[in-house]
Parts: sequence; C-alpha cells; structure tokens
Amino acid sequence: MRIFITDRENKEHELVAEEGRRMMEIIRDAGLPVKAECGGCCACATCHVYVLEDWFTKLTEADEEELDMLDMAFDVRDQSRLSCQIIMSDALDGFKATLAPDYD
Amino acid sequence: MMEKTPVRTDVIIVGAGPVGLFAVFELGLLNLKCHLIDILDRPGGQCTELFPQKPIYDIPGIPNCTGQELTDRLLEQGKPFNPVFHCSEMVTQLEKNSDDHWQVTTDYGTLLEAPVVVIAAGGGSFMPKKPPIKDIEDYEGTSVFYAVRDMDQFRGKNILIAGGGDSALDWVNNLQSVAKNIGLVHRRKVFRAAPDSVNKFISMTDEGKAKFHLGQIAALHGNNGQLEGVTLKCEDGEIFQDCDILLPFFGLTMKLGPIADFGLNLHENLIPVDTARFETSQKGIFAIGDINHYPGKLKLILSGFHEAALMSHAAFPYIKPDEKLRFQYTTSSSNLQNALGINKK
Ligand SMILES: Cc1cc2nc3c(=O)[nH]c(=O)nc-3n(C[C@H](O)[C@H](O)[C@H](O)COP(=O)(O)OP(=O)(O)OC[C@H]3O[C@@H](n4cnc5c(N)ncnc54)[C@H](O)[C@@H]3O)c2cc1C
Ligand code: FES
Repeated sequence: MRIFITDRENKEHELVAEEGRRMMEIIRDAGLPVKAECGGCCACATCHVYVLEDWFTKLTEADEEELDMLDMAFDVRDQSRLSCQIIMSDALDGFKATLAPDYD
Repeated sequence: MMEKTPVRTDVIIVGAGPVGLFAVFELGLLNLKCHLIDILDRPGGQCTELFPQKPIYDIPGIPNCTGQELTDRLLEQGKPFNPVFHCSEMVTQLEKNSDDHWQVTTDYGTLLEAPVVVIAAGGGSFMPKKPPIKDIEDYEGTSVFYAVRDMDQFRGKNILIAGGGDSALDWVNNLQSVAKNIGLVHRRKVFRAAPDSVNKFISMTDEGKAKFHLGQIAALHGNNGQLEGVTLKCEDGEIFQDCDILLPFFGLTMKLGPIADFGLNLHENLIPVDTARFETSQKGIFAIGDINHYPGKLKLILSGFHEAALMSHAAFPYIKPDEKLRFQYTTSSSNLQNALGINKK
C-alpha cells in the first residue's frame, strides 16, 4: 500500500507502507525530516502530522496518552495526530498527511 | 574579581544517563572518584526522560525492567562510590588548565578539574523546545525565556506562559506573586500536570489573579527584542494579547549543544573513538555511550556498559600514574568487595 506525505516545503512524497508498522517509521525511513526522538514511545511529539480531512475519520481515535503528548506539539489543529501512534493497515492505502512545523 | 578555585576530582563525567551512571561503578572499582553533570534535574538520561515507564528487554541478565527501574538500580550499584551529582547544570566549557588537567565549567558557574573527562552525553543535552514562531529568536534572552533561573527578573512584568504541563503550571503559580499580570495560554482545558498545581491555577483564575487563554500563539509583536504582545489563535478567531515576557514550555529535545565547541573531532555530531580505549582525539578525554562512534557501533545500553569498563582501565594511568592496575573479579577480590562495602557488616 501507499501513503502520500507532504513535506514542509509543500512537496508530496509517495511512500510504500507495510501493514503493522508505525506510520512514523515509514516517514522517517524514507528520509523525510521527522525527528521521532522517542522512537515511537509517544514521548516527544516530534512526529506530528496533519491528516487530510477524509482520512482523519478513518483512523482509530487518539488515546489519552497521545492527546496529552500533543500538548508538547506546536500549532495543533483538529486534524493533528502523532504519526507514531498510527499503525498501518490496508484501510489506510492512499492515506494523505502533511508534516507539521518542527521545533528548533 | 576573585578567581574561583576548581573542585578537584579523579574523573568528570558529562551526562548522567545509564552509561555515565555505570561508568561511576566501573571507575569506582578502580578506586577512582567521579563527579557527574547533567542538564536534566535527575539522573537517567533518555531512560528517565523518554521512557521511564516503558519496559527494556535487552539488558543482560535483566529480562524486563523500565527505564526508571534501570536508573534506580544503576544508582544503587554506584552508591558505594559516593558519586557527586551536579544536576540541572549544563557543561559549557572544557579546556586544559595550567596543571595540564582538564577543567570543566557549567552554566551555573560550577568549576571542576580532573585528569580525565568522560563524555557520556548520549544524544546531547536535553534542551527546551523552541516553538517555530516567526522571529522568536529576536526576542530570546530579552523577552522570551525557556527557563526561569531568577524570579526577580520578572518582577512587575506582564507575563504570558504557554503550555499545559507541569513546568507551565508551576511557573504560573510561582511567578504570580511577582508579576504585574500573568496569563497561561494552552490549546485545551485539560492539563497534564500534578492535580495540586492544576487546582491552584484554577482557583487563581477564579480569584482573578491569573488569566487563562484557550488557544495557541500565532505571532509575536514588538521592537528591538522587546515584546509588546502576541497574537493568539483562539476558537473564535485571533486576538491580540499584551505581554512583555513570554515563557514557552513545550518539553525538551536533544541537541548536541556546547560539546560541538570542545575542540574534539566530530563525525556527524558523534565523537569518533578507538575501540580499545574509547578515547577521543584529545588525550584524557573519553567518549562512551550513544555519543561516540566507531565501526560497528550499536546505540544500545549494553554497548555503553562495555565501553565504560574498557574506558575505565584506559583512563586509570592518567589518574594514578604510579600505581599498577590489576585485573580483578568482584566475585573473588576482597579489595573490590571492601570497596563495595560488602564485608563491612
Ligand atoms: C524510546 C527509546 C527506547 C529505547 N529502548 C532501548 C532498549 O530497549 N535497549 C537499549 O539498549 N537501548 C534503548 N534505547 C537507547 C538508550 O536509551 C540509549 O542507548 C541510552 O540512553 C544511551 O545512554 P547514554 O548514557 O549514552 O546517553 P543518554 O541516555 O542520552 O544520556 C546523556 C545525558 O547527557 C546529558 N548531557 C549531554 N550533554 C550535556 C552537557 N553539555 N551538559 C550537561 N549534560 C549533558 C543529557 O542531558 C542526558 O541526560 C532506547 C531509546 C529510546 C529513545
Ligand atoms: S516519535 Fe515520539 S511521539 Fe511519536
């Protein structure tokens, strides 16, 4: 399956994703600039993405830990998610998101 | 100004992550004393900052323990050697002094001197995240601060604090008494902080002593580094909020920091070392744990432990040039057991 990630320069990247992996890992391993400092432990908020509207509703809802950690992200919007908390499945084939601004 | 005399010790360890903590033990077995410095307010490095409650499964002989448990055990293991901790301090300078010893200075003014320095700085210093708001750097140090060292600095000011965690709430609560006005901006009504501080904050807003803004900062306004106000993005649009001091608290991120200026060779922000001694390009300065680099390096805690043991033996002659180092087992050496306090009962 494939996902489409728009980077901070507004360029869209088509990435091949495998079932069961964290979306953050797919984005990071493709060389896109997500720091993912905590390696997917939901402890750093540096894997913050904005999910394209239609896709947002297809995701399982963020749990309390993720909502708490989003407090450490910047410019949080209604479609904000931490990409390390999204596990790839067939239902997400074609998924689209944009990388959120990064901290210095 | 009077010259400050440095405190002398055998080994200065930069970074109190798991690897720095185990180095205390390995150096201690060789009867070497250590001081550790960490910018975090407690030991443990990534283990306590990033995954205190998450399990680690690959520590030899410990099938399962959390980041916090591992840290607690390392502290207990090193305790007989009485390491001295300097927490909440960042090493900013490393230089040679006239005795040909290494001298370390922290941002807090601590001055230490030793024949050996061990850099166990992991992924770098944990430093406050700087929010990517346009022109924020123009205000840093004059109107925008990421930490509070001296409350008096903010007396009589119009303070706005951003964030919803413990630091944000603690500082609203503490600075309220010195501020002219104080406000907190946070994106939701839920706070991820100790219930006591949350309650205190809520009662302060009820009494009109502090103001809560539900929203996020969108822009800064001011001149020559002096902030005059911020634009807040709230549910029903943007509003302008007066303030002359902004304190953003969005957690920490790892940055190499001052280590880049220590005059050591670097390879992609890591310190190259040899795999027999773990010494850097400077004699007497060693690098162990996640911060070092050599062919085949794995950034694992167990690798750092191994590196700590070999480093200790390589460092010994710098500190005790006239003593012969003997290889001993903790199981059978009464010397080592005495040092560990095992025969003292
Ligand atoms: C989510 C996650 C899970 C992990 N799981 C495992 C696992 O299962 N098994 C495993 O083996 N490893 C694991 N790791 C890796 C492991 O955490 C690191 O290998 C380990 O923490 C490295 O230890 P360290 O002591 O070298 O550095 P760190 O833990 O990074 O500690 C370095 C310390 O030095 C301080 N410091 C740096 N520069 C300065 C300065 N100039 N002044 C003052 N202080 C400074 C920093 O603030 C920090 O506290 C994991 C890492 C993460 C993020
Ligand atoms: S990688 Fe750290 S929160 Fe997602």
